[in-house]
Amino acid sequence: MVPEIGHFALIIALCLAVVQTVLPIAGAGLGKASWMATARPVAQGQFVFVALSFACLTYAFLNNDYSVLYAVSHSNSQLPTLYKVSGVWGGHEGSLLLWVLMLNVWTVAVAWFSRHLDQATVARVIGVMGFVAIGFHLFMLLTSNPFERIPMQPDGRDLNPLLQDPGLAIHPPMLYMGYVGFSVAFAFAIAALLGGKVDAAWARWSRPWTTAAWVFLTAGIALGSWWAYYELGWGGWWFWDPVENASFMPWLIGTALMHSLAVTDKRGTFRNWTILLALMAFSLSLLGTFLVRSGVLVSVHAFANDPERGSFILAFLAIVIIVSLVLYAWRAPKVGFGGDFELFSRESLLLMGNVMLTATCGAVLLGTIYPIAHQWLTGANLSVGKPWFDMFFAILMAPVILMMGVGPLVRWKQGNPSEIARRLVPAFVAAIVAALVLPFVMGGWRWVVPVGLFLAFWIFSSSLTNLVTRLQSMSGNDSLGAKMLKQPRHYWGMLLAHCGVGIFILGVTFVEGYDQEKDVRMDIGDTLVMNDYVFRFDGTIRVQGPNYRADQGAITVSKDGQPFVVLRPEKRIYNVQQNPMTEAAIESGFFSQLYVALGEPLGGSAWSVRVYYKPFVTWIWSGCAIMALGGMLAMSDRRYRVARRAAQETAHGAALEASR
Amino acid sequence: MKPRQKRLVFVAAGVVGIGIAATLVLFAFQQNMMFFFSPSQVAAKEAPVAKAFRLGGMVKEGSMQRVADGLTVAFTVTDNAEEVTVMYTGILPDLFKEGQGVVAQGKLDGAGVFIADEVLAKHDETYMPPEVAKALEQGKAAAAMQNVNQTTVIP
Repeated sequence: MVPEIGHFALIIALCLAVVQTVLPIAGAGLGKASWMATARPVAQGQFVFVALSFACLTYAFLNNDYSVLYAVSHSNSQLPTLYKVSGVWGGHEGSLLLWVLMLNVWTVAVAWFSRHLDQATVARVIGVMGFVAIGFHLFMLLTSNPFERIPMQPDGRDLNPLLQDPGLAIHPPMLYMGYVGFSVAFAFAIAALLGGKVDAAWARWSRPWTTAAWVFLTAGIALGSWWAYYELGWGGWWFWDPVENASFMPWLIGTALMHSLAVTDKRGTFRNWTILLALMAFSLSLLGTFLVRSGVLVSVHAFANDPERGSFILAFLAIVIIVSLVLYAWRAPKVGFGGDFELFSRESLLLMGNVMLTATCGAVLLGTIYPIAHQWLTGANLSVGKPWFDMFFAILMAPVILMMGVGPLVRWKQGNPSEIARRLVPAFVAAIVAALVLPFVMGGWRWVVPVGLFLAFWIFSSSLTNLVTRLQSMSGNDSLGAKMLKQPRHYWGMLLAHCGVGIFILGVTFVEGYDQEKDVRMDIGDTLVMNDYVFRFDGTIRVQGPNYRADQGAITVSKDGQPFVVLRPEKRIYNVQQNPMTEAAIESGFFSQLYVALGEPLGGSAWSVRVYYKPFVTWIWSGCAIMALGGMLAMSDRRYRVARRAAQETAHGAALEASR
Repeated sequence: MKPRQKRLVFVAAGVVGIGIAATLVLFAFQQNMMFFFSPSQVAAKEAPVAKAFRLGGMVKEGSMQRVADGLTVAFTVTDNAEEVTVMYTGILPDLFKEGQGVVAQGKLDGAGVFIADEVLAKHDETYMPPEVAKALEQGKAAAAMQNVNQTTVIP
């Protein structure tokens, strides 16, 4: 009964999505206020039914309803409750339902926080989001129904053991919030094209939404990277796997969009470029969904799939891209680029950064799509190696990082190159010194280290220069602290996010430069020396988990002759699927991480053991977390709220005028 | 300079910069492409000798052997028509099993042994990488053809 309610709720939600698309957009075009007024209540209604549907699927998982095919394939009665809940989005059908739920959360949020916007814009934005919802509802109902019934099974086939992990329980919701969040920017862009008006006020409305989506996407990607690092046990944190790329491309364009929106907001320029980026960011999110869900990829995330699904989502992707590009081609000339600026100005630096980010995204797209296209055309399989991705990414990003230090210091419209150069000399010298001295402290020289260190310290020192310059230029006799408190939150957010990039670069640089990896055969009592640490293998014991049994190794680590920690990596066999799973043991410090994983038993009491020493590796994800925090801080700036209030007052005043 | 000229310089510099970057990226792209070959293609000498490529197929039952150091393994990858011996030093992925699909990345040595520096196994019980599935299918067809030929030749 409950699965049928869920299925039925989905059908109702689809109908509501159709209403949500047609009435408000038509109403906005024809100027019918009563049609436009349906946008908010219908969107809320759709949310209620999608949430109900999601609750029904969750109920099937928690209640061990093994007459639902999807629950049979992704759950088991022995599964701990947390993973029963996360199992709901552990497969294709459920993750689509999560996608739609997220889309509805965003739509309702827009409906809620847009009271200050004019009715036509709100109607168009909600209408466009309704259109996106139609596509995904149809996709689910026609090709991937999560509520499909089969004769009752005695038990489920279990969730893939790789996914039974707390990190993976929250990674997909975060990532999807980011992906789907760009639909808001997309809807705002389409609404602006339809309305033919792109101005500073429009940019100011779009900004917090775009930043919010970017924050979620940053967190989602970082969580995924962290999970791959400790769960897959290959010792790397980024593999340029097609699915990683699929999430990274919208991130690159989203980053460009945030900065472009800032220019449109502050200066009223970059207008059609901003719109194009907003269209691209969401199209790439859809492309990512297509790549992951269609089964064209060979990857951790690829599901065994029928081709029907791939063609459906490809068709939807084509519709979205073609419609939005045609609309863009038709309306963009009317929108225009906006005001002029000099060759050396904050605008031009931001534009160059934007172009570089877009070019990087293009290269990632090439490396991701080319193998697929090549296979379709010639039938031959090929893949593109990680070294290529690493290389072009470093080459294209280094100038962006350099500009990151300069841009915020330069004046809008027209900057003064010699003044900026003078101001930045101390920052430049500081970064060079740090880059040349630190490698000797760390004890070892590889070319990647000084380059990476220079870029990281350049961000820190130029950000500090920026702060000092800004405080000095403030008039008044306030104390330093008071002056700092007067800085707006979006400014602190910018500095914080930029420094997050610096911390990320430090982490990457030290891991690339100084990590150590060893695979060894160890018998009881054998030791391995790595850096200042001695690892001693003390054999394995059998342990029993809730839904698995495991061989648990004990590896005693000592540092400078003193006992440091005992690491207990496991080799698990899950009861249902009977496949071995490596569970690494990790000891994290502020500056480094020790990582131990069991390979295979080699006869007697010996095992193959994998031992890693990873300096500063946690800084990689901490850097991402700091970037996300910076985004949150910027989003919470009062200028967005003040703008809203001001707009409300104007609207109120206009209404009063009209009523007189 | 007039604003118009300035803009021209700006655009030209941008185009040249992007052009150089694109050329470098595409050149390196060519160098980094890694092709996929099945054991039959390796036997037919279609695979490069000094350059890295990916080899895919099934791990032959009973073919896995450990070399004395305990960490190096040798196994046979087959597509049911031809076989290639693979050597790999390190820890194999969790789902590596005899009789299951595998993709190995590495180079052929002079003796025709494939020295792998990476071994990838699938992550999901039911999932088979499409190229491995295709290679196995073609191998099966080739083997069937051979059998037909043999039966017709013998009498």
